[in-house]
Amino acid sequence: MSKIITIAPVTRVEGHAKITIHLNEHGEVQDARFHVNEFRGFEKFCEGRLLWEMPGLTSRICGICPASHLVTSAKAGDDILSIGIPETAEKLRRLLTLGQWLQSHALSFFHLSSPDFLLGFDADPAIRNIFGLMQSHKELARRGIRIRKFGQQIIEFLGGRRIHTPWAVAGGVREPFTKEEQQKLLEWYPEVKETSLMAIKIIKEVQEKFAKEVSCFGNFHSLFMGMVGPKGELEYYGGNLRIMDSAGNIIADNIDPREYYKHFGEASESWSYLKFPYYKPHGYPKGIYRVGPLARLNICDFIDTPLAEKERQHFKKLAPSTEAVNNSFYYHYARMIEMLFAVEKVEELLRDPSIFGTHVRSKAEINKLEGVGACEAPRGTLFHHYNVDENGVLQKVNLLIATSQNNMAMNRTVRQIAMEFIDGPVIPEPVIPEPVINRIEAGIRCFDPCLSCSTHATGEMPLDISLIDVDGNVLDRRLR
Amino acid sequence: MAVKTLTINGEQYSAQEGESILSVARQHHIPIPTLCHLEGLSTVGACRLCVVQVEGSPKLLPACTTKVEEGMVVTTSNTKLDKYRRMIVALLASEGNHVCAVCVANNHCELQDLAYQVGLVRVRYPYLYPDKKLDATHKEYVMDHNRCVLCTRCVRVCDEVEGAHVWDVAGRGINCEIVSGLNDNWGNSQTCTECGKCVMVCPTGALFEKGVTVSEMEKKKGFLKYIITARQKKEWVSISND
Ligand code: SF4
Ligand code: SF4
Ligand code: FES
Repeated sequence: MSKIITIAPVTRVEGHAKITIHLNEHGEVQDARFHVNEFRGFEKFCEGRLLWEMPGLTSRICGICPASHLVTSAKAGDDILSIGIPETAEKLRRLLTLGQWLQSHALSFFHLSSPDFLLGFDADPAIRNIFGLMQSHKELARRGIRIRKFGQQIIEFLGGRRIHTPWAVAGGVREPFTKEEQQKLLEWYPEVKETSLMAIKIIKEVQEKFAKEVSCFGNFHSLFMGMVGPKGELEYYGGNLRIMDSAGNIIADNIDPREYYKHFGEASESWSYLKFPYYKPHGYPKGIYRVGPLARLNICDFIDTPLAEKERQHFKKLAPSTEAVNNSFYYHYARMIEMLFAVEKVEELLRDPSIFGTHVRSKAEINKLEGVGACEAPRGTLFHHYNVDENGVLQKVNLLIATSQNNMAMNRTVRQIAMEFIDGPVIPEPVIPEPVINRIEAGIRCFDPCLSCSTHATGEMPLDISLIDVDGNVLDRRLR
Repeated sequence: MAVKTLTINGEQYSAQEGESILSVARQHHIPIPTLCHLEGLSTVGACRLCVVQVEGSPKLLPACTTKVEEGMVVTTSNTKLDKYRRMIVALLASEGNHVCAVCVANNHCELQDLAYQVGLVRVRYPYLYPDKKLDATHKEYVMDHNRCVLCTRCVRVCDEVEGAHVWDVAGRGINCEIVSGLNDNWGNSQTCTECGKCVMVCPTGALFEKGVTVSEMEKKKGFLKYIITARQKKEWVSISND
């Protein structure tokens, strides 16, 4: 009879999740799954509300990347109003998006992952956290906290408060930027740049040190998807979609994000609240794809800031010849390259005189009944898709979120780690060794999943709890 | 006009005959929370937030509709009154869908101000989360019934000041709601002049301008005093919105 071992809840992942490891009759790992149990029906309760309220509403989905939801929602609004937003507004929205990247990437690296890297995956969980890091690596922990603050400061200056800022709106932004704020950020800037370079150095050392982890932390073939700019550069705010396969071939390019739904489908599994998006031409589950830092660095032709571009070239060498970097452990490295890119871009934008323009908001009426907004959130491409009536009342809302797009990849990763680190039968003592638990959690953390925002649909998902033995007999089943 | 003398909170005051307790209190900066009352509109005594205790009266009386009388002894605040006021605000909050954090009127809302004023920290009643209409059919404005506290200020300002009488009250009890025309969409109204007076006097985010986002709907009520003074005294005072 097969047994299921459950690890719950995953610590240091935003939101809640459950993992089950399924054993075969010999007590060997047969499968492992990453479940998401948190349930937030955002799409449903946005129906009946007004388009203009959406940035404010959807930025409440998640406390980690509210600015990305805000900007994406505002962009969906621009689409429905069918207006171009003022130049200054676009630059300020870009700045906000970068602030979000910095804030979130720093959190992922310094607060959530570096305790594993620097104190070891098997260090006592009680000290394997940012507080433990403060004891052993005081300066680094301090810098990590500061660089995250820098990102938050950008968001706060622009939005008037650190989280849940309602500042980006359909048609532009609400408030212009001031010289005083620019000065404060520029003064802070050198330290942030230094920290970002330090982080790159650390992650490269970590990759050497943890060769075994690197080799099996989600090392598999999949597609990669994200935005690139008009010249093929790394993009974070606008741009079109590109899809690359694991061999490094671009299999689709220049896709208007408005047409995402023609290319991606969403499957549901009874054992998870998180949807399973897939690339339609390849079907489910073959159309597995990854989004986020690893994908973005794979698909872009170059980065248009010098330091980050130099690192990107190192990154590319991690894979043989023209192949994509397929190993999910390199999400961390990619994330830190993006952090460096964000730091460089922030400076570029801060020194751009046009960010001080005072015309920042265009107004228009409802000109279209459907609109899509997309942007690169820290964890990957984020889509907001709205249908409204002629008065701007929402009829249908679909949010396609990075963490759910990585859902299949996270499941693969969990399975791979479980199989690699639990070798041989676990029966008669069905306990998971502590190191395995730690590695599975760390494996998921490569993707930096944010679970609260990705489980936002309601009504459609059946709740089906089954216990199935190796012969397919249902030992127990609960339906809701 | 005869002068009446009364006691409020132990102090003696004089007032004009026919004046309300609220009016006297306001003149002397004695705070009494109000919601349905708005200077310049008729008084309806609908919300009961202004209740005061009058010696010799078995029940609490609304300060906005109760006229002063010679020798009246009034208490505007004590444990019982404060508790009732908190209850009223809590009931209003739990009856609609007041999610301040995402509301257009956040930080400019009289219901919010009242909650602070009466010291409401926790709502002990179960929230009803009603599924109410949002009428966005008007070209300029939106009516969100989820945030309406039925103060009827909109009804009165439209009827008494603008003279259009677009709004009315329909239904009873929990089903009571403000309707436009003969319960039609606001956008179909033949009489609405699009003046926006109702939007400005509405104490909450129930009535707002189309296109505003979270916290952006500031209610400017200064026009009311301007128009009333102009009509009554033929004087055109400067508009102040605070
Ligand atoms: S906008 Fe003016 S006329 Fe129209 S309902 Fe409001 S107060 Fe009445
Ligand atoms: S819409 Fe506003 S002004 Fe009218 S009754 Fe409701 S709360 Fe009062
Ligand atoms: S203000 Fe007196 S009853 Fe509403």
